[in-house]
Formats: sequence, structure tokens, C-alpha cells
Amino acid sequence: MSLKIDQDHSRFRAIVRGKIRQNLRRYVSQGELMGKQGKEVVSIPIPQIDIPRFRFQDKEMGGVGQGEGDPGDPLSQPGQEGEGEGKKAGEGEGDHVLEVDVTLDELADILGEELELPNIDTRGKATIVDKKDRYVGIRNVGPNSLRHFKRTYKTALKRQIALGSYDGRRPVIVPTRDDLRFRSWRTDQEPVANAVIIYMMDVSGSMGDEQKEIVRIESFWIDAWLRRQYEGIETRFIIHDAVAREVDRDTFFRTRESGGTMISSAYKICSQMIEDEYPASEWNIYPFHFSDGDNWSVDDTLLCVELLKEKIIPASNMFCYGQVESPYGSGQFIKDLREHFGGEESLITSEIRDRDAIIGSIRDFLGKGK
Amino acid sequence: MGMFALKTQLPAYLRDEQARIEEFAKQFGLDYFPTVFEVLSYDQMNEIAAYGGFPTRYPHWRFGMEYEQLSKSHEYGLSKIYEMVINNNPSIAYLLEGNSMVDQKLVMCHVLGHVDFFKNNFAFSVTDQGRDPKDGGSVRKWVDTMANHGAVVRRWSRRVGIERVEELIDHCLSLENLIDPQQPFAPVKEPIGPLASLADEDETPEEPSLLRVERDYMESFINPEEFVQAQKQQLAEEQEQAKRFPDAPVRDVLGFLVENAPLDAWERDVLSVVRREAYYFLPQMQTKIMNEGWASYWHSKLMTERVADGSEILDYADRNAGVMQVSGGRLNPYKLGVELMRYVEDRWNKGKFGKEWEDCDDYDSRRAWDRRTGLGREKIFQVRKLYTDVTFIDEFLTPDFVRDNKMYAFGYNPRNDRWEIETRQFQEVKQKLLFQLTNAGNPIIRVLDANHGNRGELLLEHDHQGIDLRLDWVREVLAAVHRIWKRPVEVHTIVGKRPTSLRFDGRDHSDKPR
Repeated sequence: MSLKIDQDHSRFRAIVRGKIRQNLRRYVSQGELMGKQGKEVVSIPIPQIDIPRFRFQDKEMGGVGQGEGDPGDPLSQPGQEGEGEGKKAGEGEGDHVLEVDVTLDELADILGEELELPNIDTRGKATIVDKKDRYVGIRNVGPNSLRHFKRTYKTALKRQIALGSYDGRRPVIVPTRDDLRFRSWRTDQEPVANAVIIYMMDVSGSMGDEQKEIVRIESFWIDAWLRRQYEGIETRFIIHDAVAREVDRDTFFRTRESGGTMISSAYKICSQMIEDEYPASEWNIYPFHFSDGDNWSVDDTLLCVELLKEKIIPASNMFCYGQVESPYGSGQFIKDLREHFGGEESLITSEIRDRDAIIGSIRDFLGKGK
Repeated sequence: MGMFALKTQLPAYLRDEQARIEEFAKQFGLDYFPTVFEVLSYDQMNEIAAYGGFPTRYPHWRFGMEYEQLSKSHEYGLSKIYEMVINNNPSIAYLLEGNSMVDQKLVMCHVLGHVDFFKNNFAFSVTDQGRDPKDGGSVRKWVDTMANHGAVVRRWSRRVGIERVEELIDHCLSLENLIDPQQPFAPVKEPIGPLASLADEDETPEEPSLLRVERDYMESFINPEEFVQAQKQQLAEEQEQAKRFPDAPVRDVLGFLVENAPLDAWERDVLSVVRREAYYFLPQMQTKIMNEGWASYWHSKLMTERVADGSEILDYADRNAGVMQVSGGRLNPYKLGVELMRYVEDRWNKGKFGKEWEDCDDYDSRRAWDRRTGLGREKIFQVRKLYTDVTFIDEFLTPDFVRDNKMYAFGYNPRNDRWEIETRQFQEVKQKLLFQLTNAGNPIIRVLDANHGNRGELLLEHDHQGIDLRLDWVREVLAAVHRIWKRPVEVHTIVGKRPTSLRFDGRDHSDKPR
């Protein structure tokens, strides 16, 4: 049943959306949303929307209560007034927090609006087609397994009433062949765009907790946005220090190794993965690599450049490299990349100094609409 | 109402129960409007609760917010709305589908108490919309009125756009509490004649009254310069006074704005709707403690003495205890109200009133005092008719009651950054409670001058009673007033013991000492 409140409710949701948009930068840089992430929805704390009135200052006002305790004893819950002194509940308290559930899709839309992200021009859309059967109507012939009992019954009933053979005292309905009704279906062709995000991260000793947290926050938003853009999306995770391996999401953000750094090790696995599982003609491929910019040797860097040039970039929609500033890293790698791929549009680099820079970096990565 | 009347008809077993309960209630002397109970599912209940009990209100996002909060706390199992009843003739009350029989009975008893209160308490007489020509009963068709308000606002929304209307409602709601509780009882105003100040606008300016001088050379001696200046100033002040509009401060700020602000038709309609509804809800704010106390008194009496059978009494007691619960040291209006009501009944039953009682200060004889006057019931019926929370507390809250009910006053202690119990002294507890109840807990604001500084600016004053206003909100409210008055607005108040004038000129806020 649709309720009258629906309209007011959706107006309220629109206001909430506006509030989230206003505070988006803070939510992003503080990463406070991810802890509240459910499967489909995120609970977002927004300041309660109060209607301002001429009111007394709570702290000067005080109140009257009931119960045990001596003068000077603290009240059990600070900051609230006595109930019911002619006030509506919740009135007069400004710092209540409202928890609002927002779907990840909505959140992605808000991000998109705020950062003015273009929708992605997908590749491979035309090539993969999925067939789907849908029941859309009724017809007079069909297999018994698809017989529509209710419609059949109705037709039979109508016929019997029309013929006068219906007896209200003994309401037996016998359908004839002509009364039978069957569900009918249509096969729809649905183009699917498949996409995969391959996250790579440097977990060598120089990447600290704060750096990883930044990567975690940034990948949350990238995920949200790309999920909004593609129907089915896969995510893969590769960590590396001097050697690389594929891990699950949890391990990805938790692992901390102490070894040196060979970026090429990750790129090798990544290119292998693409070659084996994600043919470029059918998949939209998004490799993201986060590191503090330290690499073992110049030779290894050259190897990376070659892998990127030969294998990864040609196969991917875009390759994104995010360099997180750390006190230990030299930050050389981003310079090398920029030197080798100056004019390359499919390689995007972004430096992330601190949490406040996350939002700008998201815009760098996703602003191209690829 | 059509939609609900169709789907929510009371099932027969509840209808029988209602008839039975009403019979008992009548025996006890309750006198209520006809009451229609409807059974709602929980989402219908949440919707109607969000609308303050009415099936139809004007559209506004805050009802949606209310709904979101109610549904959420329902889903999480934090709260459940038990009873809701609206002051209307006939009164409409709602029962939650799927509640146990004991709950339904309890709610019905409680509701009848409320409806008796609506019908008889004098404060609610302001919600009368006329007299029924046939039986002389009150006409209170607020369900229709609210629906009409909804229709008016919707119509304007279609004409000028929902965004503009909603934005205006936001601003009007900021002024919702600026009404005058006494206004409905004021004598009818005399028709306004032409304003005196307008009549003599073109006449020659008045001369300051100086002393008569026979000889020119005596002039500066008899009328020295300082005296002339003083007279001139006095004259100017008098003229200023005469020009002032309104001639006396007006507490019904909303009403003043409806009449005098430069509003378009749609704006005036919206503002009037908000004002009328504010007056409708006012008596409920003024009698929260009494109203809940009275209803609780009667649900308890009816349930324990008549309605509940042996198998139900335990469930009832459990539910009742939940309602009466005092949690975290906060006042519970149900609890306070019912206790005070019973206390009054007991005093009048035992003759604990009058000069002899007042003069007696012997603890033991006061305790054992019983003159078997038996006037308790009669007294509380009188109380429910003639009192509001302020007068109820003022007259019947006694040191004995405050002590027995462990009441205290609390306040914020900035040194420890926490809320603390301040005192259990009777006078202070009572004073604090009365302060919170006065004007339904709202500051008293008046329109002082609608032509402030002779520039058509609006000057408001806050009648400061020792507690400052919340300043960030004052600024927003000033902006709201400006939206309606469309000229700079100013409020005189006291901030941290210094008289201050806060001003909004449409762009900037400014504060200055006064």
C-alpha cells in the first residue's frame, strides 16, 4: 500500500542527500562510513535537522528529575532534559545525530554529482550479450507446466455463467480446452558490460598504517563508483613487496611485510591475470596500483614500464597509479612513470599527500570517464 | 478519513469491549466525546503518528523525517506506539493491530481519560470551532480542518512550486512558538479607527512648550537653552511614542505578521495555517502532565477495578509499570501526573486542606490526619476542569510530595562538564519546574515596534527571565522573520547579563550592546 507519507518521506530523503553531499568531503577524508557498511546500505550519521526557534540555552536551563542521589551527583545520561515539561520529545536538543541508511548506489551518485564525474564509456558492451527469458503475457496454447490456473479458472467461470451452466449451490467449474490459459515469455537480449578492478598495493615496510588506511578509503569509493557503472563487477587484490601474490580483500588491507619493493612482481601477476582470465575484448579492466613510490632498482622500474606498455595498458580501460606519501618513500616511481608515459591518456597518476587529498585523487582517477 | 474508515473498522470483539469499558467509564462520571477507535498496522500507525495523529496534513519534509525515525526505532524494537488519540469531536483513537487484548483494553481506558479531558478542560475550549445548533456541544472538526489546510498548501504548491512553499513553511515553523496563550481568552478587540498619528501628519509641527515670556530680554533667562533642549527632546519622545505601532507590545507575533507583514496571498495562507495549527496544539503543550496523569489515573482505576479479569491483571501490571517507569532520573509526565492527581484526591478525601491543615505543623498529627471528608473524587474532577500544568503544579506541589517522590532540580556544572543534581530544596525544585512549564517552556517574545527607527524595521523584545536564548538559533530565527517581514529585524535581549540587540538586515547579522 502506498502511504501518504511517501511524498514527505522522499522530500526528506532529498534533503538528507543534500546534507550528505555538503559533508561528503568530511565523510571521505574521515573514512567514517566504512565501519557502518552493511551489504547494500551504509548508515550515515548526519546532524539532526532541527527547526530553529527562540529557545533557552539548555545548559542554563537545567531541569527537574526524580530518583536517588545527592546534590552534586552526576546524572546518568548527560545533556538531556527532563522529559515532558510541556515539550515534545526531542525538541530543544541540538546535537542529536540522525542515522540515515543510504544505499551504496545512492552514495555513488552523490559522489558522482559532487565530483562531477562523467559516466563511463564502457567497452565490450556490444560483444557480450546475455539472453534472459521473461514472462510477459498470456496465451491460449502452451505446455501444461506453464498453465495459469487463476486465469484458466476465471475464463471457465465466465463461460459457465454466460452459458447458464453455473450453479451457485454447487459451484463446480470444469474448464474445457478453450478455457486453458498459459503463461508466455519473451526472450530479451541484454548487453552486459563486465568489469574487473585489480587492486595492487605495496605492502613493504615503508607503507605505514595511515598509508594503508588512505588506500582503503580510496578503494571504497572507487568500488562504489565503478559498481554503480557496471552491472557485475569483480575485484581482485594483489599485494607485493619484493614478491607478489594474490590475496583476498581482508588480507589485502591487513598484511604488512618488511621486505624491499619490486613493483614489477605485481605487474607480472596482473598482466598474467588479464591474459588468462579477462580477455580485453570482453572485459572492462581497471588496474589500480598504490605505493609510496619506492622501487628496488632502476632496472625494475624499466621492467615495469615495459610491462605496462606492452601488456597492461593496451588491455585496460585505464591504469591508475596512486602514490601515497610516506615518510620513508622517495616518491621516485611517479616521476618515472610520468617521464615514460607523458602523453599516454590511459595512464593516470595521482599523488595522495594525506586524507584530505583523497577526494581530489578520486577525481583524478575517475574524472576521465573511461 | 474515507480510506481509513473502510479498512480499519474495529473488529466485533473490540467493539464489544469498547461498549463495556464505556459503560464503566460513565458509571465513574467520565464525560467524553463519542470516540472512534481504528485498528492500524504498524506502518500506518507510524505514518499517522508522524502526522501528529491526523490522517492528512499539509505536505512537509519534517513529517517524513518523523516517519523515518519512528519506523527505524520500531524496526530496531526500541519503541512502539501504544496509544494515540486526537482532540476532535468525535475523537479518533488508534489501536495497534496485533497488540494483545490486555494492551487494547488498557489503551481504550487510557484514551477515554484523554477524551474526557479534551472535552472538559477549559484550556481545550480554545479548540472549539463553534457550537452544534442541535445539542449545543462543541464543534471540533479538526480532522477536516487539517485536511483543508493540506488542500490549501497543496494548491499553492501546484501554483508556485513545492520548493518555495516548503521553504516558507520552514521559516514559518521557526516562528511557530511565538503565539500568545492568553490571546484566545482576550476580549474581542474594538474595531480599529484611523490611526491618530496619520491624522495630523500635515499639521504644523508642535512647538515645545516653553514658559511665557513678557519681555524679550528675559527670554534666555526664563527659558535657558538647556531647558528648551530638554522640552524639545521630551516632545520628540512623545511624538515617537504616539507614532509607535503596535501601541502596546504584541505577544502573538505570528498573528501580528499575518495581519501586517507585506505578504503575497499564498504566503499569508501558509503563515495562517501554521499559526492556526500552533494554537490547536497549544493546550496539549500546556496540560501534558495533567492530561497524562488524568488518563493514567483512569486507565488504572478502570482496569484494576472493572475491566481486567484475573488472568490479565499481571500483564496489565507489567505494562503499567513500563509506562510509569522513571528512567535515568528524568521526569515522566505519566508518573508525575498520576501521583499528583492521587495525592490531591487523598488530601481532599482526608480533609487535608483549609486553614486548620495549613496551620498544623506537627509531623505526627499531619500524617494521621483524616477528617473523612471524602471530597477527593469531586476535587480531582474540578482540577481536571480548571487547571493547566502551571497552576496544577503551583497549587498542589507540596514539600511532602517533592520529598516522597524524590524530586530534584538538576543543572549543568561547567567545572565538571556534566549534568548534576543541584538541590532537593522544595522551593527551588518547584520554581524550576514552573519555569519550564511557563509558556510551554518557550521564551516570551513580543513585537515592540513595527516601524523601528522610522524605517519600517521590526523590533522584537525578549522578556528575559534570567535565562539567555540559544544564540545560534536566534540568528536563524531572525533570518526567518526577515523572510516574512522583508525589512531588517532586531531583537532586544540580554546576553551574559548585558542588554544586547541582535539584528539581521537581510545580509548580515550584527550584535551590539544596548
